[in-house]
Formats: sequence, C-alpha cells, structure tokens
Amino acid sequence: MTQPVNNTTESTTDLYRRNFLGKTVAAAGIALAPGMLLTEVAHARPAGQAVTSKNRWGMLINTNKCGSGCTECVTACQTENGWGGADNSEQHSNASQQAVWIRKVKLKDKQTNHVQSLPLMCQHCETAPCVDVCPTGASFKRADGVVLVDKHICIGCRYCMMACPYKARSFIHEAIENQKVHAPRGKGTVESCTMCVHRIDKDGTPACVEACNAEGHQAMYFGDLNDSNSVISKELAKNGGQQLRPDLALNTGVRYQGL
Amino acid sequence: MKKNIPFLAVEGRSSGYYSLLALLGAFILASLGAFYYMEHHGHYVTGMSNQIVWGMPHVFAVFLIVAASGALNVASISSVFNKKAYKPLARLSGLLSLALLAGGLMILVLDLGRPERLVIAMTYYNLKSIFAWNMLLYNGFFAIVIVYLWTMMQRNLGQYTRIAGTAAFIWRLALTTGTGSIFGFLVARQGYDAAIMAPMFIIMSFAFGLAIFLLVLMASYKWSERPLGDAIFNRLKNLLGVFVAAIMYFVLAYHLTNLYETQHHGFEAFILMDGGIYTQMFWIGQVILGGVIPLIIFYTPALAKSRGLVGFGALLVIIGGLAQLYGIIIGGQAYPMELFPGKEVIETTFADGAIASYAPTLAETLLGLGGVAVALFLVAFCVKIMEFLPASLADKDVDPHYTAS
Repeated sequence: MTQPVNNTTESTTDLYRRNFLGKTVAAAGIALAPGMLLTEVAHARPAGQAVTSKNRWGMLINTNKCGSGCTECVTACQTENGWGGADNSEQHSNASQQAVWIRKVKLKDKQTNHVQSLPLMCQHCETAPCVDVCPTGASFKRADGVVLVDKHICIGCRYCMMACPYKARSFIHEAIENQKVHAPRGKGTVESCTMCVHRIDKDGTPACVEACNAEGHQAMYFGDLNDSNSVISKELAKNGGQQLRPDLALNTGVRYQGL
Repeated sequence: MKKNIPFLAVEGRSSGYYSLLALLGAFILASLGAFYYMEHHGHYVTGMSNQIVWGMPHVFAVFLIVAASGALNVASISSVFNKKAYKPLARLSGLLSLALLAGGLMILVLDLGRPERLVIAMTYYNLKSIFAWNMLLYNGFFAIVIVYLWTMMQRNLGQYTRIAGTAAFIWRLALTTGTGSIFGFLVARQGYDAAIMAPMFIIMSFAFGLAIFLLVLMASYKWSERPLGDAIFNRLKNLLGVFVAAIMYFVLAYHLTNLYETQHHGFEAFILMDGGIYTQMFWIGQVILGGVIPLIIFYTPALAKSRGLVGFGALLVIIGGLAQLYGIIIGGQAYPMELFPGKEVIETTFADGAIASYAPTLAETLLGLGGVAVALFLVAFCVKIMEFLPASLADKDVDPHYTAS
C-alpha cells in the first residue's frame, strides 16, 4: 500500500512544483507587464535615444473649423515659447522686427470671394529650403521631420529667411530676456516654430493644437504622418489635405483642409 | 619702343597721398563704429527687419564681390587671351580684385548676427548651401590670385603666369556664378529663381570691375604724374561700353521672360511701373544713369575725347550697378511672396501679401561705404610698398602689338 502513498507524495510534490512555477511566472509577469505595457501604450522616447525616421510628425489644419478672429493658437505659442505677447522682451524692435512664430491669416478668394482663416507657421518641409541654404548646418531637420535652428551655430546670415517660401522665420534684433528653458532664443540668431519639440519628446501635443482643441474649434490635429493608424493619417486619408505652395514640391509636414 | 615697361612703386610721400589715406581711414573707422553700434544694440537699430532681411550692407557687399571678380578681367585678357597691351595692367588688376573682395567680405561678415562665429562658417560646410560654396570660392580666390600675382612679380616665375592666370580666370567665373546663384536659386521669391542670374552677374562683374579699374587707373596715374596714353585708355573705355551694353541685354532678356509669364506680371509691374523707389532705381539709376548715358559718352567721339567725361561715365556705371543691386536685393524682398495663389490676404499680423518698406539707416550705409574704403585703402597702400604700377602707360611705351592692330 505504499504505492498510493508514494503516488500521493509525488503528486503533492508536482503540485508544489506547479504552484511554485506558476506563481513565479505570474510574479514575473506582474513585474514585467507594466514595463511592456508602457512601451506599448506610450511612445515617449527615453532621453539619450536618438529620434528616428520611423515617425514623421505633422499637423493638419481644417480652415473651415478655424475660428475667424480667434488667436488662441498664437497666444498659446507665445506663452509656451516666450515670444511676443504682453511681456515681450523685444521692446526696441519695431513690429516688422519682432519675432513671429505663428500668425493668423485671413484670405479671400479672388474669384469666389470665399473668406477663410488659418494659422501659418513653419511648414516643417521634408526638403526644407532653409536647411539646404544654411552654410553652417545650424538649420536642420530632425529624423522625425521637425525643422529646427541650432542657436549655438547659427551665424545670423539670414539666408534661410531669404529661402523660406512661408516667411516662417524671424531674426532676433536685440538682446532677449526671460527665455523659456525649453526654447532658447538669442540676439543675432534666427528662430521659428519648433512644433513644440520639447512636448513631442515627452509624448505631448504642440501648444497651438492643444489650445485650439481647448477652445472647442478642433481645427488642428497633430500626429505621426508615418503611422497609418494615427488620427491625423486617417483624417488625411479620408478627407485629404493640401500643402501650401505644393508647386514647390517641399512635402510639408503641415497640411491644410478647405483651402 | 620698349619691350618691357618697368614697374615702379608710387612715391607716396605727398600730402595728397596722406590725405587720401586719412580720408579712407576715416571712412573705415566710421564703418567700424557703425559695426560696433549695430552689433552692440542688435539689428533693431538698422532698417532691416524680418521682411527685408538683407539691406544696404548687402547691396555694397555684393557689389564689391561682383566687382572684385570683374576687376581681374584685365589681367585675364593679358594672361589667358595673350593680349600684350594689357600686360602692364595685370598686376593692378590682380591687386584691385583682392582689395575689392576683402572690402566686400568685410561688410558681409560685420553684418552677420553673430560675426564672432565666423570660425564655424570657416570650419564646417553644409555643401548644399551656396553660401558654403561661396566661402570656399572666396578663400580660393584669394589664394589663387595671390599666387597669380606672385608669378607676375617674381622674375623667374613668369613662365607660370599663364597657368596661374587661367586658373584664376576659371575660378573667378565660378565665383561670380556662385554669387549670382545666391539669388538665382531662391525658388520662393518672385524676383529671383531665375538661372539667368548667374550669367547676368558675370557680365555685371565685367562692367563694375572694369569701371572701378578705369577710375583707379586714372586717379593713380594722375596723382603719381605718370603718363596714361590714349591707346590703352580707349581700349579700356570701349571694352567697358561693350560690357554695359551686355548688361542691358541680359536685363532685357530677364524682364522679357518675366513679362511673358503671367505669374510674374505682378513683380514686373512692381519693378517697371509702380514700385516707387524700386521703379526709380530701375529706370533712372540702372537704365539711364548706369546704361544709356555711359554708352552715349563712350561711343560719341566728341564726348569720348574728354577723359573727365569718360571717368564720369565709369562713375555712372558704378552708380547704376549699385542701383541695379538695390533693385535686385531689396526690391526682390520688398515684393511679397505669393503664398496663396489665387487668394488675397485681407488680414495678417505679418504683412503677408503687402509690399515691405525699407529705409536704410546711416549706420548701414557707413558700413557699406567702409567696405569701399577698405578696398581703396588697400590699393593705395600696396601700390606704395610694392611694384604694381607701370612707370608709364604712354602710347609709345605700350606694347607694339596694340599699335599694329
């Protein structure tokens, strides 16, 4: 009758083993899962890891939803990046010398008299003329499509401003105070919309888009043009979107609907 | 008739000579003061803005850089095309081209937003940038022309003059192509984006450089009391006339092309008819002062007899050239970019669709004139310390090749 006892002992041991293994795996699963899930859910890029061309950040602006007279996107950009506005440190510069990163433009079709309103900023071109002409490489495009100026190597020649088809860039005509840590600005260098790259890198949304949504206009989308499942890509695939000056074949990262 | 005309440094001890240096020195100091003023405060003290990003300094700088390569022409005619009559002038031609380039580059550098970072531009090159090409072209030009002058001025190196001269000639064509391409390759602006800019800048360089050369030659021979014969003088005058006519041809071709294409009608109307200062710069400055009057002076025998009038004609070519560059550089920016074809901008905070205004300040103009002063100072100084000028350019001393032809 030792057999059943032995059997019982063996099965008890097996059970114990199974339990142990099961619990260990479960524990390991519980320990690992959040990390794996986080990587799945959030795209935030760890500091120190280079951006890749896997993403192409872009914006879509629906001019039909853009509020005529609304300047929330402009104000949000000013607050976020520390240019213009009430506490503007460009006190000596005249209106045409002060920096403008984003502006509202109202248009009337010459033939149909249809009036539209839209925000205009750096279009983050794939083949950016500003990047081409910059002698020192200060004007550059990140792998993820964001066009920026490295303020440390910009010599202030303004050739990029001559080359930009959208007048998106500004030269700083005087010393700047109270800059934002994430948006350095400096006398004698050129600057423009950064697509709020400091937010993008933390998985955020550009300030202008956020402000437009908060205002309830929903006229601006931000997202990854390379991801066919992103809201912006789906919207573009469904309803299309135009580039400004498409004849220049710059493949802009900012697209417009209703132009 | 001598085979080789000796070269002699000018004495440079007269009060006139020192007054000239002092006057030029004063302009240079004033331009350095203007530079300090603009850099200390920032560019808000200038008339330049985010609409007109290149202003008066660039008009002078581009003019001098273009003229620099043109000033080398006289040397090229002698070394590359083997015209012996021009040989005595080759040294001055090389010197003047170096001096003009130095003056032009000084302005460009001192107008940068961050001139202290020039070292970055000198050590890192984005090879897709025409500016980066130009930095290589300018530095190379200095090196090649210095070697070229060396082969001319050191007795036993004469056999290399032709090679060095040919290299310099090819280099200078590349250099001016580069300068013209700064504007020719700007796709977005209505007034630029035309490949004709590059050859037009070359022909402009021929005329501007020769006009300055002629005036410098006249002044230095008059002040150093050396003979300057009609033989060489009339050759230079006639050549200048050909170049001025050639500029007018290129300008005509450029505008005719634009006038044919509907998309450029707005820009043409702006420059040719209702652009205010830019229309005046074109018709009065460029066409009448810089083209028609010099041509009448140079080719009317009764008028061309007067050295004074011919010199005045050369001065008008320079004024016309500055007017032309003002129109190209500033007029080209003042005319709005076509951002929304078929639409009219009815509201904007950044002057979209509107003609930009620009009024140069004194500081900008002084910086520009300082570049001219640097060029002339260098020439005046170098002709004293080295043998650049032939002792005589009297008809009987100029090469017999000329009188035979």
